[in-house]
Amino acid sequence: MTAPGKPRLRTLVATVEDVPGVLNRVASLFRRRNYNIASLTVGASEVPGLSRLTVVVSCDDATAARLEANLWKLVDVVAVDELAAADVVERDLALIKVRADHLQRAAVVQAAELFAARVVDVAPTELTIEIAAPRQRIDDLRAVLEPFGVIAMVRTGAVAMARAGVTAAADLPPSRAASGA
Amino acid sequence: MSAATATAVAPAPATRTGAEMIWEVLVQEGVEVVFGYPGGAIMPAYDALPRYPVRHVLVRHEQGAAHMADGYARASGKVGVAVATSGPGATNLVTGIATAMLDSVPVVFITGQVSSALLGSDAFQETDVTGVTLPITKHNWLVTRAEDIGPVLREAFAVAKSGRPGPVLVDITKDAQQASCAFDPADRRVARPPRPRPARGATADALARAVALIDRAERPLILAGHGIVAAGAAAELAAFVARTGVPVASTLLGLGGFPATDPRALGMMGMHGEAWVNRAVQDADLLIALGMRFDDRVTGNLATFAPRARKIHVDLDPSEIGKNVAVDVAIVDDVRQVLAALTPRCRPADRAAWMAAIEAGKGDSAVRDIQQLPDTGKLHAAHVLHDLWRLTEGRAVVVTDVGQHQMWEAQYYKHDHPRGLVTSGGLGTMGFALPAAIGARFARPDAEVWVVAGDGGFQMTAAELSTCAQEDLKVNIAIINNGYLGMVRQWQELFYGGRYVATPMRSPDFVKLAEAHGLTGLRVTRRADVAGAVAAARAAAGTVVIDFRVQAEDSVYPMVPSGADLGDMIRRPLKSRLIETGADDELTEEPPR
Ligand SMILES: Cc1ncc(C[n+]2csc(CCOP(=O)(O)OP(=O)(O)O)c2C)c(N)n1
Ligand SMILES: [Mg+2]
Repeated sequence: MTAPGKPRLRTLVATVEDVPGVLNRVASLFRRRNYNIASLTVGASEVPGLSRLTVVVSCDDATAARLEANLWKLVDVVAVDELAAADVVERDLALIKVRADHLQRAAVVQAAELFAARVVDVAPTELTIEIAAPRQRIDDLRAVLEPFGVIAMVRTGAVAMARAGVTAAADLPPSRAASGA
Repeated sequence: MSAATATAVAPAPATRTGAEMIWEVLVQEGVEVVFGYPGGAIMPAYDALPRYPVRHVLVRHEQGAAHMADGYARASGKVGVAVATSGPGATNLVTGIATAMLDSVPVVFITGQVSSALLGSDAFQETDVTGVTLPITKHNWLVTRAEDIGPVLREAFAVAKSGRPGPVLVDITKDAQQASCAFDPADRRVARPPRPRPARGATADALARAVALIDRAERPLILAGHGIVAAGAAAELAAFVARTGVPVASTLLGLGGFPATDPRALGMMGMHGEAWVNRAVQDADLLIALGMRFDDRVTGNLATFAPRARKIHVDLDPSEIGKNVAVDVAIVDDVRQVLAALTPRCRPADRAAWMAAIEAGKGDSAVRDIQQLPDTGKLHAAHVLHDLWRLTEGRAVVVTDVGQHQMWEAQYYKHDHPRGLVTSGGLGTMGFALPAAIGARFARPDAEVWVVAGDGGFQMTAAELSTCAQEDLKVNIAIINNGYLGMVRQWQELFYGGRYVATPMRSPDFVKLAEAHGLTGLRVTRRADVAGAVAAARAAAGTVVIDFRVQAEDSVYPMVPSGADLGDMIRRPLKSRLIETGADDELTEEPPR
C-alpha cells in the first residue's frame, strides 16, 4: 500500500474524439498544470472516430484525482480512467541498437533471449533488438545491454488497457458511453 | 413568423450563406446585442448583419469588445457575444478572453479566418487563433464549411453556459461564410451532443457529514465565492444563514451574493479584507467554502491558512477540490441545490458567542477607518466610494477597474444584490471597467451603471468613451485620480524602499477628454463637492466623467503581504502625516505635475 501523499507512476487511459487538435489539447493541459509526464501515446481505438490515449504520469493520489477531473473537462474527452496497477496490461515497445562484434554477439543475443526480446537487424559490429514489455522490463534489458555499448534507443511510450475481465470506463463502447446524453 | 411558416404563406428560402447562418443561430440563442469590429476575414458576416434583429456595438479596440461581452454576461447571467476579424483583430481579443476564462464568464467569441485554401500558408492576417486561444478558452473550434456553422455555434453556446461557465471561440473561415448551405429554421442540431460525465453530485453521505460538522461547530464561517452569484444561489444562501446563524465572509467576486448590510455579513476576506474578517477565518473551527477556489489572494500563506478549521468545500468543478487546500468534506454539485438540501437538515442556531467574539475582534478597526477621521478638506478615495454608495442607495451596478480604487470600492460600497459588482478578479485586468460597463449597460437597461476606475487603468481603454458617444449610452464614470499607478506605488512604498519607479503618471485633463467626445466632464477636489457631482452625473442624460482628485499617496489597508499569513496584516497607521495634515501633496485645479 503506497502512502496517498507520495508521488508514484500511474497509468491513465482516455478515450478521445479523433478530431484535429485533440492531442494538442491534452498536451496543453499537462503543460499548463505542470504535470510530470513519463509518456503520452495516442492511436486508433476499436471504434472509428475515437482514439485511445495512454498517459503515464508521476504524481500523488490527490493530484491524480485532479488530473482525471481536468481531463473530463476537455470537451473532446469521451472517457477517462486511472488503471490500478494490478488491473492493467501495459506494453512499451523499444528498439535498442547495441554494439556487437563477432566476439560479443553471442552474449548480446543471449541477453536478449533472457528478456524474450528479438534481434531484428544485424550488421557486422552492431545489432538491433526489439522488445515489447512493461516499462520496467525494458529498463532492465537496457541496463543489461549497457556494458556492451548501447548506441541508440527509441521507445513508443506505454500503451495500456484494463485486463481482460476488468471493466474500465475508458473501455466502454461509445454506444454505452453516450447513452443518457 | 411562426404562423407564416406554419401556413407556408411565405416559404423560407431553403438555403443560407454561412454568414447568414451565424446570425440565424445568434437570433435562435436569444442574442440581442453583439460587440465587435470588422475586417477582411469577417466582412461577409458583417454584410449579412443588417438583415437580422441583432444590435451591433462598434468598439474602438477588440479588447473592448471582449470586455463588453464579458460585462454583459456578468451583469445579466446570459451569454455575451463578441466578434472580430482574423489576425490582429483576434489577437486583440486575447486579454479579454483570458479575463473571462479566469472568472468563469460565459462568452462566445466569433472570429473570421482566412479562406480554408490559404490556411497554414502565412496568408495576410492569418494567425492560428484556435492555437493561441487554446489554453484560455473552455473550448474552441475552427469551422471551414458553411454547413458546420449552425451546429458548431449551437454547441459553442451550450459549452459556454453549461457546468462551470467559460469563454469559447469559433473561428470561421471566410469561404465558409461565403458558401451556401441548406437551411431549416426548425433545425436545432448541435455538432456534438454533450457527452455524459461521471455523476458526482451531493451524495447523502457527504451531505450528512457536512451537516454533522456544521451542527457541531462553535466557530463556523462561510466563505462565499463567485459560484453563489453564478449559480443564482443568493436566496438559498440567505435561507441557510438565517437558519444556521453562520456568518459570511466573501471573496471579491462573491460580493453581492449575500447582502453586505446583513448583520451576518462580515465583508471581504483576503489580501485587503478587513482585519477582523481575516482573523475570524484564522480562528474559525469550520470553513464552509461555497463556490470559491481558495485563490492565493484569499488564503495568504497556505501552510498557516485557517489552521484550526475543518473544511467543507462545495464546488461544481471537481478539479477545484483539493487544488489549493485539503478539505474534510467535498461536495461536487450546483451550490444552489446543495444549500437547498443542507438548510432543512441543519439545526437552527444563533451563534451568539461566536458573533460576539468576531465583534470584539473589531477592536480599534473603526478608529483606523478613514471614514472616522475628521474632514481635513482633502479628498480620500474611501470618501468617494462611501458617498457613492450612500447616494446611490447601494443599488447601482458598479464596474471597477484594477488597483487601489478596486479594493476601496470592495471595502466601502456595500453590495446587497448579486451582479451589482462587476470586476476582473482572477486576471486583474486593467482597462476592464469602461468596456465592461458598456456591456452591463445593455444587460441592465434599467439599472444605474457606474464605472470606478483609476487614472492608469482608465487610460488603457479610454477610447471606448467614443463608443459611449456613438451609441448614445449613459454610463457614469468615477475616475479615482491619484496621479499614480497607485497599487504598484503602494507596494513600492511598503516593500521596495519607497522607490517610485515608473508609477507616477501624468494624465490628460479628463474633463476636457470627456468634452472632446461630446460628453460631460466634472472635477471634484473636496469631499464637500462629491454629492453635488454625483447628483449632476445621475441627472445628466448622457455619459458623465467625474475626475475625483484624491490624495496621491494614500494606501489600502489592511494588507496581507503576498504570501504572508492571513493573520499577518499591515494596518493603517493610527498616526499618519497624510491623514492628519494631508501634507503629501497639494491639490490644485490643474492636472498634477
Ligand atoms: C493590464 C495590466 N497591466 C498591469 C497591471 C499591474 N497593476 C495592477 S494595479 C496597477 C496600478 C493601477 O493604477 P490605477 O489604474 O491608477 O489605479 P490605482 O491603483 O491608482 O487606484 C497596475 C499597474 C495590471 N493589473 N493589469
Ligand atoms: Mg491611480
